Amino acid sequence: MIDVHNITKRYGHHTAIDRVTFSVAKGEVLAFLGPNGAGKTTTMRILTCFMPATEGTARVAGFDCADQPLEVKRQIGYLPETPPVYQELTVAEYLTFVGRLRGITGPKLSSALDQSIGRLELGSVRHRLIGNLSRGYRQRVGLAQALLHDPPVLILDEPTVGLDPKQIIEIRELIKSLAGSHSVILSTHILPEATAVCQRVVIINKGRIVAEDTPEQLSARLRQSEKVSITLKACPADCEMKLRAIAGVLNVFPGQAGGSFLLECELGRDLRDEIARVAVLSQWGLLELRTVSMTLEDVFLQLTRHEDHLSEPPEAAVSMVSAEKTEA
Amino acid sequence: MTPVQAIIAKELRGYFVSPIVYVVGAVFLFIFGLLSYLYVGFAGAQAIQLMQMQGGMAQINLNDLVFRNLFASMRIVLVIILPILTMRLFAEERKLRTFEFLMTSPIRIHEIVVGKFVSVFVIYLGLVGLTVLVPTVLMLFSDFDWNPIWTGYLGMVLLGALFLSVGLLASALTENQIVAAFVSFGLLLTIWLIAGLGSLFGDTTAGRVISYVSYMEHYDRLVRGLIDTSDLLYFGSGLVLMLFLTHRVVESTRWK
Repeated sequence: MIDVHNITKRYGHHTAIDRVTFSVAKGEVLAFLGPNGAGKTTTMRILTCFMPATEGTARVAGFDCADQPLEVKRQIGYLPETPPVYQELTVAEYLTFVGRLRGITGPKLSSALDQSIGRLELGSVRHRLIGNLSRGYRQRVGLAQALLHDPPVLILDEPTVGLDPKQIIEIRELIKSLAGSHSVILSTHILPEATAVCQRVVIINKGRIVAEDTPEQLSARLRQSEKVSITLKACPADCEMKLRAIAGVLNVFPGQAGGSFLLECELGRDLRDEIARVAVLSQWGLLELRTVSMTLEDVFLQLTRHEDHLSEPPEAAVSMVSAEKTEA
Repeated sequence: MTPVQAIIAKELRGYFVSPIVYVVGAVFLFIFGLLSYLYVGFAGAQAIQLMQMQGGMAQINLNDLVFRNLFASMRIVLVIILPILTMRLFAEERKLRTFEFLMTSPIRIHEIVVGKFVSVFVIYLGLVGLTVLVPTVLMLFSDFDWNPIWTGYLGMVLLGALFLSVGLLASALTENQIVAAFVSFGLLLTIWLIAGLGSLFGDTTAGRVISYVSYMEHYDRLVRGLIDTSDLLYFGSGLVLMLFLTHRVVESTRWK
């Protein structure tokens, strides 16, 4: 549905995105992850024909973004970073305007209006001025705008920003329900969102794609070791040394709280019973023992901070994040 | 409803929800009324003078004494007021980030430009239409020729259309409304002063060409009651040029 081939965008000497290539199949939900300034918005703007790419081709539903922008725009529902709402219009007036711009008229327009207002639960604010609505409502009006004409392709730039937790879950459910019938690209900073909603994740950093896979495979692929977190009641000075002495343990990092440690073990070995045995024999008072799986957050940080030496990522940074994550 | 009509309707709605139209309209109509009152007052004073000198009833020509002066004075009023009407058209869209939405909607740029221009032109026509009240009231008390008044109105409509298109261009150049108003104000005054530059050259070819660029002589002829196709052509081509430049500016924002 979406085919991006080697697109590059330069602003003067600054290269915003550099030979980005990816594709989205029909019905697939793809997450675009990356730190601020990584090129997510630029990529989306090229796909929506807001700006042309310096090099490369982007095609949406078979139409070329550079040559057939009107056709491409008809296929897309787009929610930019800031919800594009007119404060002086009411929700219904705004959505009517959007529908007319898209050439929807008459009874079709009113049914599309009712449907998108229903989908985003905007019924109660239907006749209120958008300027008087809260950030969360405006975001939902922006989403209603993108969904109004039921486009085959949706491009959502941080769709859950400004929403409260309940609304975030609702919007995620909505996006999930679009999978299958719609192709969706969404950018996000919130990593669990990518895991929860998307089938595939593209991680972009400094204008380059550094990884592209399913969330599970990404973390599996980048996992260098098994990690076990333990918490001890009493920890004499020699306990770190004793933990290190266990066969298969590669490294031991003290956690933030006293008595907690993060152990890195050889890949493919489960050392939990061995660690438990040592802890019990030494009478440390074992309070907690569990494996730590690498979260998407770790993957993200690892890729975006150290993308140049993927083969040998500095373990400490990643491990500390894991430790914080597990304690939280 | 076509996309262009949708844009016109939305812009009109925007004007009437914000205080701009009410404030600009009130000031415009107040100044038009005040100027009319003053010119009628001057004409009256002149009539009394004439009566004293000649004795008996003097014939007062309202067309010359009131309306020509009135239309001539409206130039500066339009230069000051119309940039306020146009400043929001593109600048606000860019400030509020709705510009990206417009540009990613399946409409062409010229449809956006034309829609925005027509909406503000409709507002302006409405304001000018209200001023017809002044000659209508004067008709009750005096006799005058309506024909030069209609050409004067034609001049005001054409001049206004040109000013609005200059304002639209200025608004497309920036995302700051104050800057947009100031730029169009500066442009309009500059084109005004080009007439002065032309007169420096006197009645040479260069002088005539330079004077032609300014709207002054074209507007003056219409106010005097002369309809010349070259003047109509001037306003028409000026309008098209400004809208075309606006189109290019809007288009070019995609490349930045």
